[in-house]
Amino acid sequence: MRGQPSLCDVLAPLNLDEALALRAAHPEARPLAGGTDLMVPFAAGRLPDRLFLNLWGLEELRGITVSDGEVTFGALTLFREIAAHPLFQREFPNLVRSAKATGALAIQSRGSLGGNIANGSPAADTPPSLLVYGAELELTSLRGSRWVPYADFHTGYKRSLLAPDELITRIRVPRPRAGGFHYFRKVGTRQAQAISKVSLAAWARTGNGHIQELRIALGSVAPMPIRARGAEKALLGRSGASLPLDAALEALQADISPIDDLRSSARFRRKVAGNLLADMLRGLALV
Amino acid sequence: MSISKILLKLTVNGIARQIYVHPMARLLDVIREDFGLTGTKEGCGEGECGACSVILDGMLVNACLVPAVQAQGSTLRTVESLAGVDLSPLQEAFLHHGGAQCGFCTPGMLVAGTHLLETNAVQDEAGAREGLAGNLCRCTGYVKIVDALLATREGRP
Amino acid sequence: MNDYAHIGRSVQRREGRAKLTGAALFTDDFKIEGLLHGATVRSRVPRGRITGIHFEEGFPWDEFVIVTARDIPGKNVVAHLIQDQPCLADGVINHPEEAIMLLAHPDPQRVQDARERVRVDVEPLPPVLSIDESLRCDPVIWGEDNIFKTIHITKGDPDGAEAQGHLRMDATYLTGAQEHVYIEPNAIIAEATAEGVLVRGSMQCPYYVHHALHEMFQLPLEKVRVAQVETGGGFGGKEDFPSMLACHAALLSWKAGGRPVKIAYDREEDMACTTKRHPSRTRIRSAFATDGTLLALDVELLLDGGAYTTLSPVVLSRAAIHASGPYRCPNLRVQARALATNTPPHGAFRGFGAPQSLFAIERHMDEAARRLGLDPAELRRKNLLRTGDVMATGQIMRDEVDLIALMDRALTEIRYAEKRDSYPTLNASDDPVKRGVGFSVFMHGGGFTGSAETMLNSVAALEGTEDGRVRVLAASTEMGQGANTVFTQVAAEALQAPVDLIMVVPPDTSLVPNSGPTVASRTTQVVGKLVLDAGLAMRKTLLDAGLLLDGDVAGAIRTYVARHGALRTESRYQKPDFMEWDDTTYRGDAYATYSWACYAVDLRVDLVTYETQVADFVAVQEVGRALNPTLAAGQIEGGVAQGIGWGLNEEVIWRGGSMANHQMSNYLIATAVDLPRIRVFFEERPFAYGPGGAKGLGELPMDGPAPAILNAVQHALQIAPRQVPMTPEVLMDLVEGA
Ligand SMILES: Cc1cc2nc3c(=O)[nH]c(=O)nc-3n(C[C@H](O)[C@H](O)[C@H](O)COP(=O)(O)OP(=O)(O)OC[C@H]3O[C@@H](n4cnc5c(N)ncnc54)[C@H](O)[C@@H]3O)c2cc1C
Ligand code: FES
Ligand code: FES
Repeated sequence: MRGQPSLCDVLAPLNLDEALALRAAHPEARPLAGGTDLMVPFAAGRLPDRLFLNLWGLEELRGITVSDGEVTFGALTLFREIAAHPLFQREFPNLVRSAKATGALAIQSRGSLGGNIANGSPAADTPPSLLVYGAELELTSLRGSRWVPYADFHTGYKRSLLAPDELITRIRVPRPRAGGFHYFRKVGTRQAQAISKVSLAAWARTGNGHIQELRIALGSVAPMPIRARGAEKALLGRSGASLPLDAALEALQADISPIDDLRSSARFRRKVAGNLLADMLRGLALV
Repeated sequence: MSISKILLKLTVNGIARQIYVHPMARLLDVIREDFGLTGTKEGCGEGECGACSVILDGMLVNACLVPAVQAQGSTLRTVESLAGVDLSPLQEAFLHHGGAQCGFCTPGMLVAGTHLLETNAVQDEAGAREGLAGNLCRCTGYVKIVDALLATREGRP
Repeated sequence: MNDYAHIGRSVQRREGRAKLTGAALFTDDFKIEGLLHGATVRSRVPRGRITGIHFEEGFPWDEFVIVTARDIPGKNVVAHLIQDQPCLADGVINHPEEAIMLLAHPDPQRVQDARERVRVDVEPLPPVLSIDESLRCDPVIWGEDNIFKTIHITKGDPDGAEAQGHLRMDATYLTGAQEHVYIEPNAIIAEATAEGVLVRGSMQCPYYVHHALHEMFQLPLEKVRVAQVETGGGFGGKEDFPSMLACHAALLSWKAGGRPVKIAYDREEDMACTTKRHPSRTRIRSAFATDGTLLALDVELLLDGGAYTTLSPVVLSRAAIHASGPYRCPNLRVQARALATNTPPHGAFRGFGAPQSLFAIERHMDEAARRLGLDPAELRRKNLLRTGDVMATGQIMRDEVDLIALMDRALTEIRYAEKRDSYPTLNASDDPVKRGVGFSVFMHGGGFTGSAETMLNSVAALEGTEDGRVRVLAASTEMGQGANTVFTQVAAEALQAPVDLIMVVPPDTSLVPNSGPTVASRTTQVVGKLVLDAGLAMRKTLLDAGLLLDGDVAGAIRTYVARHGALRTESRYQKPDFMEWDDTTYRGDAYATYSWACYAVDLRVDLVTYETQVADFVAVQEVGRALNPTLAAGQIEGGVAQGIGWGLNEEVIWRGGSMANHQMSNYLIATAVDLPRIRVFFEERPFAYGPGGAKGLGELPMDGPAPAILNAVQHALQIAPRQVPMTPEVLMDLVEGA
């Protein structure tokens, strides 16, 4: 172990108010949720932080509330809880599949939705699903709370709207009307517990044979999880029988900006992102 | 400058323990070094291999990813708790089916397998494989581990 | 039928209970008073000259034990076959992970911290980072020509025969490095003074480590003691590397006045710095007659050996001898070279060169079949070796083996004929998932190559104890493969005793004779035979003493030991009488025997993601007799899993001579979800010179999966992949055109 616990301290608030006060007083303290992201660079001696703010015990950040119009998740909602929820399998299958595709059981038992978002990795698995379901985030500080569209949250590689005194406290998703089309596919180096090389989530609603609503989002193809707005535009309003596949593929290539890294190549990511889009549209055409 | 330690209180394999540790010490190191329970192994230190699997408050976790401060007041079970006078049925099945070779992944496999059985999370072979996907074994190709788990589930030898 | 009491039965793993309860102690599990933790300082420059070493100011260096090359009391060398590898770099650096300095401290975190505070200045020199650069001698980094070893094998008239071929082919096959990923990283504990050196740790070959310590310290043999402790997997990765680690830990202890020092690598360091499977490039030129008869093979085989010789010459030798595969080939030329590059030395890995050359020939045969318009099975039917045939080195096939029957059994199990026909039709649909079926046929020589077993002169012994038990004394290590259990069964069989009477002594050079290293699939076949013979000798001793009339072995041993003070029998290796080998001409009996196999694969390739998923895997092999069917099947399943990984996913990414993806999160081995249920079948044909008829089987399963998989991909997609790992990225380029 290359980390230095003897040099690190942890602030351990007992409730959210205390946490927000500590956050305001110590903006340098790194929030610590399930630790499944943070503990890796920490143990490898690659994390510069010396002070942490423990969120794990905060009951206010737990729990899932279902109302008529929406579902609200505490930021500390675990992947395991999402995967097990009976309603979500029906209404948010992409979210369930992305939660189940995150690490393996032990990771799903500690990893939180808030951590997945805040960590800001372009390869994270739930963000594309959250993007296509139109999620909003509640950011809270001593100054108060604000709701922001998740689509606006990430502003660049590991950069976001989160102010130094804020925490992500809740995530809310409108409940989709019945009859939607859901697609999620993650491509990793192996079938389980792998960081994605490319992922694509989509949600659509069709009527009279036409695409009336469509959201497409991807992981690992840009500095942050992104919506493929160009591809969406090329497809919206078109009839299922005559989808402009080539135009959509071309627009997708302009939407994304993948890179070469240890996990894959930009070339592969471009090609497979396109293949996933085509695969999604094959499914959509059948609806 | 050194940070002061916290008094960590938790129940380890049924026994209440308390100990002063750094809050960011890894639970894995606390288990192995402070409690001397070396059955829990370190294979990667990054949550990939599952050799450090333990059951913390009824959840399967990687002890290498849990900072000590988050184990405050918890109930912890390690591989050392699985056998009484006799081996547990899953341990017996590992012996019978040949689920352990070098034995280094074995404690983690047994802990994960025990958790899967206790939570009734395995219905078939595919479920067993999925349940164990966070535990890497380089020796066995998993066949005999999966067989041991399924046999135990079905009460067969 | 089985006439044995213990052999051929699935006796439970002897050390199983301890491994299941967490009681088994691995190196990092020992609690030792006064222990210091060691760490290694490296340069990260692939090649250069050390111009200075700086210690950060204001850091309490006096708390640390510090060792550089100058502190080495004997020779600065990690002795393997030859002595070209320094224990610590002295002036020059030949690979980016080369150890330069060692540090030790009582606090493991302090020592990790300290190593970041040492700066090594290096004047870089141009490195050699590929086989091509090495061949071009651009620049020369080892010897006169960057070549560690060259091997030539010739038979018949390859040039003449090639000219007559109806089909002539010329294709080049590439294989990548592979990391062992034993789940327990390397770890060693040493205590060293001029009075003596004691090293304990995770290792395959205590006597290799013993030799290396003896050479480095220049201490008498008897002052060096090496003991293996529970070892969490090896696969070849703990064959040569522990010698280096033991030298390092022992040097620190020596400098610290004999205080115990542990060096336990974390995963990152283990992956980056230890050995890997040799990357290879094999060019095969071949000629076939119209009917598919193989006329000639001309194989040029190149292995990337890394910066120092280590075991590359012997890896090369096995690769060369297996290069023509299980085929009768009247005209053959093999030219094989192991080359130097500025990467950490490549070393032993299950298969030891054979997987590389068998991959090439088994892919080549499927490509030839396609060009000839024959089914791959038909092409093999024509050309597979039969009893009495002459193999590459002139060895006569003595084994009574029916390779065609072996192949047919695998093909029946996988339902080859049916799938071969139906899949192309299915694949013609616009479903992006394509299916394929394929197989490979191969062999693996058991024991050391050529005369090496004779030179090793291995000895194993049995000892009776006062309380009527039997201790097995051999240097062969248990690392999961089942040596403890198999030796127990064999000894019990020889003595006609219950297995509980037998105890296999943990290998310790002060206690056990040198039965040779635990490598080369030799433990059961060769050392097991020594244990059997020592057991038979003990039985005879007891009978000659008029004991054992009532069949009570324990009683007889007790009485004998009470009367004579001791009971010990030994057995020394004797080569099978037929074996002749000439190391200069590479002619003769390369191995006493071979294990034979056919592996068949049914798979799916998804053209959306270019992922290949093995759906069914059949492994049929003839390994003489499986002494313990459960353990034997476990060996095959584990080896197949590694073979699938090498074939599809496991990619070492090199940057400047270092492994860039040296984490388990970036170098991925298969999870339970990635693998099918591997179906294992044994054909039994007892081998006359093995214990109870057994042959080696540990490495065999590594050889077959990769070519079988790529052959099935050829079937699925009608393309000719020639490279492993065949990652989705590689496959995409093949399918879509680069
Ligand atoms: C072996 C392994 C496999 C993994 N596999 C996957 C995978 O397949 N897919 C995937 O997407 N991820 C994966 N991860 C990454 C990780 O599990 C997830 O990103 C997880 O959601 C992180 O949540 P956490 O609670 O553990 O976050 P932590 O590690 O505690 O925190 C992560 C980051 O978020 C910040 N943070 C956390 N909560 C808040 C909050 N409420 N407000 C503000 N900031 C906050 C922290 O300061 C930190 O920067 C894997 C990790 C490991 C170790
Ligand atoms: S050591 Fe914790 S998962 Fe590998
Ligand atoms: S038994 Fe060796 S890693 Fe699983």
